[in-house]
Amino acid sequence: MKQGIFEIIDNIPIAKSVYKMRLSGDISEIQRPGQFINIRLEGKYLRRPISVCDADSDTLTIIYKVVGRGTEQMKNMQEGTRLDILTGLGNGYDTSISGGSPLLLGGGVGVPPLYMLSKKLISEGKDVSAVLGFNTKEEIFLEEELKKLGCQVTVTTADGSCGKKGFVTDAFPQEYTYFYTCGPEPMLKAVYKKTKTSGQFSFEERMGCGFGACMGCSCKTVTGYKRICKDGPVLLKEEILWED
Amino acid sequence: MGRLSVNLCGIELDNPVIPASGTFGYGKEFNELYDINCLGTFSFKGTTKEPRFGNPTPRIAECTAGMINAVGLQNPGVEKVINEELPELSGFYHKKVMANVSGFSVEDYAFTCEKLDKCDIVGWIEVNISCPNVHGGGMSFGTSAKAAAEVTEAVKRVTKKPVIMKLSPNVTDIVSIAKACEEAGADGISLINTLLGMRIDLKSKKPVIANKMGGFSGSAIFPVALRMVYQVASNVKVPVVGMGGVTTAEDVIEMMLAGATAVEVGAANLVNPYASKEIIDDLPAVMKKYDIENLKDIIGGAL
Repeated sequence: MKQGIFEIIDNIPIAKSVYKMRLSGDISEIQRPGQFINIRLEGKYLRRPISVCDADSDTLTIIYKVVGRGTEQMKNMQEGTRLDILTGLGNGYDTSISGGSPLLLGGGVGVPPLYMLSKKLISEGKDVSAVLGFNTKEEIFLEEELKKLGCQVTVTTADGSCGKKGFVTDAFPQEYTYFYTCGPEPMLKAVYKKTKTSGQFSFEERMGCGFGACMGCSCKTVTGYKRICKDGPVLLKEEILWED
Repeated sequence: MGRLSVNLCGIELDNPVIPASGTFGYGKEFNELYDINCLGTFSFKGTTKEPRFGNPTPRIAECTAGMINAVGLQNPGVEKVINEELPELSGFYHKKVMANVSGFSVEDYAFTCEKLDKCDIVGWIEVNISCPNVHGGGMSFGTSAKAAAEVTEAVKRVTKKPVIMKLSPNVTDIVSIAKACEEAGADGISLINTLLGMRIDLKSKKPVIANKMGGFSGSAIFPVALRMVYQVASNVKVPVVGMGGVTTAEDVIEMMLAGATAVEVGAANLVNPYASKEIIDDLPAVMKKYDIENLKDIIGGAL
């Protein structure tokens, strides 16, 4: 973990209620795809945890959906604004056990971390396919960018307005060696049931600190209690205990 | 002794700044960021007889100038703390630590304190009779003068280390509880624990926190905490450790003027992981600004 000051390069809408913010600053602590950052916002007491979409040379990219007062404030931020950010938080995805043809499954704002993950897997010579699920056509993002990386992309929409009608679990490819997923919990549960191989899940929880100190985001796993922020957000399929 | 040093129940602290229990784990997450030996000491995560998972999530809610938590005393249990956390801590931390203890019966408190009494690294035992997030324990001991005195006596019987009773602000007369603890043999009083609070989510129209209510902390509670520290310090002879919304070096000095011998920093550590270190670094300049030669001289200066 590292605290640093980042400057907004740009902050633009890319889909319905979804914005892409690029920031410049020290990204040396971001070591794995699937890690997150925690942003301090003027007038807000707690920081905002947001997943890393990409980190390259000195540019950090995040994609966020406006869902509350914090993200509402973020969407209006101008280029040049300086932000106090904690980087290098969480464990991130482990790409070493993916096999030759991993499958990425993303739902809504669970899609952004799959970009950096896809980049890493492709750089390791793997044959990557992705299924991205959205509610409707206006909410789709990152489809073209993932294709450009060399990823085979299938899009699903719940209302059928674009791509295959249904959910990500309705569009699995025939063969894959491993999977990585990030999205809302009902989707993660469906993915858990439908997938036949091992895989890694990225979870979300309301956090206090984001770096393992407050125990605000704990969960129970097969291997004991874990903090989503520090021991996660990525958990292996084999260690997940669903609580109903 | 340095200009920042204070003496807390017979043990010299390099400075009065103490990260509060529950905001600093057992020290290691923060030691990755800075050398935590710069602290006066720190109060480790509330420890109980048995391991605890705590409450269901969500456990956290944001507020104006503060936050609510309902963690519910998640901790690995006293055995694991003694066998794993404290040996690891002694590898990078070379001062005395404050052991924070909670329980669900008088016997629980005594059991855990007796175990921690054997640990060299433990300097003080801070007894939490004020956790608002557990049922049938915690705060129920801190809202009655009689129960608070019973816990104090039971703990004092099993340890020679200084015992600091941590009080709840969720009472009508905190002075009577503090005096009951003092009469029962407490070596110090720390206050305040969090204020019971809640938030409701406008979309779901249900409480944000799974446990419905939780403990409110953060800079918003500072004036309430300061008032209670002042009231207690005016009425007891034992040292008082002040806490509640402390965020800056100025807040530390205000707390000390209100009668605090040392000052705990809580929620601020969660928002700015360097908060406690920055407060310590800022103290000399703030002392200079207000013509304070030695911090120990200002304790209770406003009483």
